[in-house]
Amino acid sequence: MRRTLPFALVTGVGFFMLVQYFVPKEEFEIAYEWILDWTIVIGCFAMLLGLWSLTRVNISKVQRKTPGWGYSLIAIAGMVFMLLVGFIPGQKSLERGSTFMLLFEYIYIPIQATMFSLLAFYIASAAYRAFRARTVLATILLLSAIIIMLRLVPLGPLSEINQWLANFILTVPNMAAKRAFWIGVGLGVTATSLKILLGIERTYMGRD
Amino acid sequence: MNFYERMMNLDRRWIYLVIGLVVVITAIFPFDVPLYVTPEVRSIYDYIESLNPGDVLMIGVDYAPEVMAELHPMTYAISRQCFKKDVKLLLCCLHQNGPGMVEQVISQVSKEYNKINGVDYVYLGYKPYPGITILAMGQNFRIPFPEDYYGTPLDSLPMMRGLTNFDNVKAIINISGGSGTELWINFANGRYNAKLAIGVTGVMTSDYYPFLQSGQIFGLIGGMKGASEYEYLAEKDGYISRAKNQLSAYKTMPIQTTSHLVVILFIVLGNIGFFMSKKKKSRI
Amino acid sequence: MKKTKFIILIIPLILIFFNLSSPQEKPVPLPPTEVKAFDTPNDNGHSLSVTWKLSPDDGAGKNNVVAYEILRAESPKEEFEVRGMVPSGENLFDDKGSREKEDKNYLPSHKNYYYKIRAKADNIFSESEVSNPAFAYGQWYHTGKTPVLAGVIIFSIFALTFITLARKGKKLYIRPLPGIEAVDEAVGRATEMGKPILYVLGLGTAADIATIASFTILNRIAKITAEHRTTILVPCYDSVVMAAAQETVRAGYLEAGRPDIYKEENVFFVTSMQFAYVAGVNGLMLREKPATNFYLGKFYAESLLLAETGSIAGSIQISGTDEIAQIPFFIAATDYTLIGEELYAASAYLGKEPVLLGTLKAQDWGKAVVIICLILGALAASFHFQFFLNLFRVQL
Repeated sequence: MRRTLPFALVTGVGFFMLVQYFVPKEEFEIAYEWILDWTIVIGCFAMLLGLWSLTRVNISKVQRKTPGWGYSLIAIAGMVFMLLVGFIPGQKSLERGSTFMLLFEYIYIPIQATMFSLLAFYIASAAYRAFRARTVLATILLLSAIIIMLRLVPLGPLSEINQWLANFILTVPNMAAKRAFWIGVGLGVTATSLKILLGIERTYMGRD
Repeated sequence: MNFYERMMNLDRRWIYLVIGLVVVITAIFPFDVPLYVTPEVRSIYDYIESLNPGDVLMIGVDYAPEVMAELHPMTYAISRQCFKKDVKLLLCCLHQNGPGMVEQVISQVSKEYNKINGVDYVYLGYKPYPGITILAMGQNFRIPFPEDYYGTPLDSLPMMRGLTNFDNVKAIINISGGSGTELWINFANGRYNAKLAIGVTGVMTSDYYPFLQSGQIFGLIGGMKGASEYEYLAEKDGYISRAKNQLSAYKTMPIQTTSHLVVILFIVLGNIGFFMSKKKKSRI
Repeated sequence: MKKTKFIILIIPLILIFFNLSSPQEKPVPLPPTEVKAFDTPNDNGHSLSVTWKLSPDDGAGKNNVVAYEILRAESPKEEFEVRGMVPSGENLFDDKGSREKEDKNYLPSHKNYYYKIRAKADNIFSESEVSNPAFAYGQWYHTGKTPVLAGVIIFSIFALTFITLARKGKKLYIRPLPGIEAVDEAVGRATEMGKPILYVLGLGTAADIATIASFTILNRIAKITAEHRTTILVPCYDSVVMAAAQETVRAGYLEAGRPDIYKEENVFFVTSMQFAYVAGVNGLMLREKPATNFYLGKFYAESLLLAETGSIAGSIQISGTDEIAQIPFFIAATDYTLIGEELYAASAYLGKEPVLLGTLKAQDWGKAVVIICLILGALAASFHFQFFLNLFRVQL
């Protein structure tokens, strides 16, 4: 029963969604919208599940004083604080100027931007370490990367040639390769979806 | 360890230091970078130019603060162009960290042009599960968004009269820093045949050329460079102003230029080290 | 005499003046004909379509038609209301209605409507005859999506054929995947060093195919780590993924016969914020210094942050994603990379289960069919062989 019911749900709803795509009738459209509504509702409840897991794991780390338990304490404190700030009476938390939005704009946004800016440093060190012209193909890859990067650099009379080359690389070989990727990935997605619908792929359900 | 081997095993912190210095120095001493406007950016600009006052353009803003440096300028430039032309905006957000981004743009730009919420623009807000939300909006905006971001029922907003789904908007521009773009292409364009253009981060740009070539999207703004191209066009026609500090992507072009040059230099140095070490080893 | 001459001169002038200032009568365009109303095909039953023969003055004759107005009524004797307008030169209009009764635009199905078309030339117009009655009804099958259905059926036939062959014992070859071949070595390294293994499922939800493929690989790796008594840490980005990952790892330990050493707290939720998640996982990497890192699933900008930090921590790194933009970063910064659909193939490759191998073969055959169609399509487009091209046209 523990596995039969989820499998029946997955197969039933999956096949309905497949059939629904080809049947334009109003009744199918209504059922489809109903399923969409329920998916959103389930997603919201799943967020509560995540909150529960986060709290439980971090509280356990604090209680057992495992290495790094201070970070867990900060994580819990931050979560509780932001939750409480969102409920300050007299303020609409999502409106500009509210305490919640001030914390979002002046703490959260700079922290996220800082993390993202690490990429600039990391790409330089990864490029230095890994981009070696070991083989002919690697050399072609390297030269293409350099031509694309030079799009932004003013090269005087060579700028026009470089722009043309960069545009050619993006719109011809890059597009052809990406299209092949998308087709392969699309077929992979179709195959995996078919496996899930037919019950061949069941790892997400675990085993008894 | 000879010089070339030491060069190849350079501590990464030296690399971080050089990058940091180059960025800071260029920020302090900027210079103008000549721009070449690509056809894929121009097509979006020209399309919005062809819209009439009262037309509705939908903007799907699906990014979080970490990519705002690349994508915020696009959102600002497009919003300013639309409001100057009295084109109405319908905005939504499908990224959980994005609602504040949209609120920032729309509250600032609407004040600049004296635009009224509910009459000149509607901000639908955020909903999770972007694929489901896009599919639902294709049927009726009111299914996932019965109210707007500020809690007002959509049916009581004057602008929403006659706006049911994607059929009633002139085009959709999705500005995204993640996989939301594929969902807009697959569902909004693929299922509902909505006219779609996209703005994405630099690293994602090359992925979407196949969709541009096949006609699934009619324009593509790629990263900071694409945003600066758009700002360049908007400034030429007076939609944004350098004096009011509204060219945020364009002024980062010198930093991008110098940092790219430094990365190329590192790659060249690394390869010199590689080949010279190889040569030395083969001699031994 | 002078007075008479004045009157003789002034009267024609007055007449000419009035003639010039009175509006000239603009010619009325001829009306459109053969107005036909019918149910819009491939819809939900709340839309009607109208077609007509263009007015003879549209692009010819007086050439003064600027637009056509479409009018509708419930009976020919009732007042007609305007439903829309199309520019001159067009002779098709879809009158899309709403299915909601409360909507002003409600168009009930199975109810007769009549149409008229007005040919407009600025403020003047002429009207056609009233059309035949037509009612809207929903279709059971969307004919415009036939190419999609054909694709699904062909692919399903391939899949079922190869699954059947595989079940009957036919050996199906898969080329080696270096990333997956290295799994045993990577787990062994962790066991020798006494360090944990870090498995990152990526930022996808449980509905993403890359995440589902990653679950299968996680199950296999959990089984191997259980056999070696090595710790596996699985920080999760999504709470539903976390729940599924806990089940998957538990199942792996069960299969290895070691359910007693399974610890649920090793599969935990971090946060649903991209860079906060990366910060958490990077911190974990630098503290725990895992011997092996697996990055298998859906990744975005954080891929390089994870991979570089793992490199700093000295871990062996095996990565795989179907996010094309992130593959170059993984190739540059990790030891082994599964590119695109190799991630989906990895689950079949690891377990060598006949059913999974069968679907993999079906994918390969599907690709072969796509390649043949691409070549034939390119030739057909070059030589304007429209029939072949129309076979692939999807009308939504």
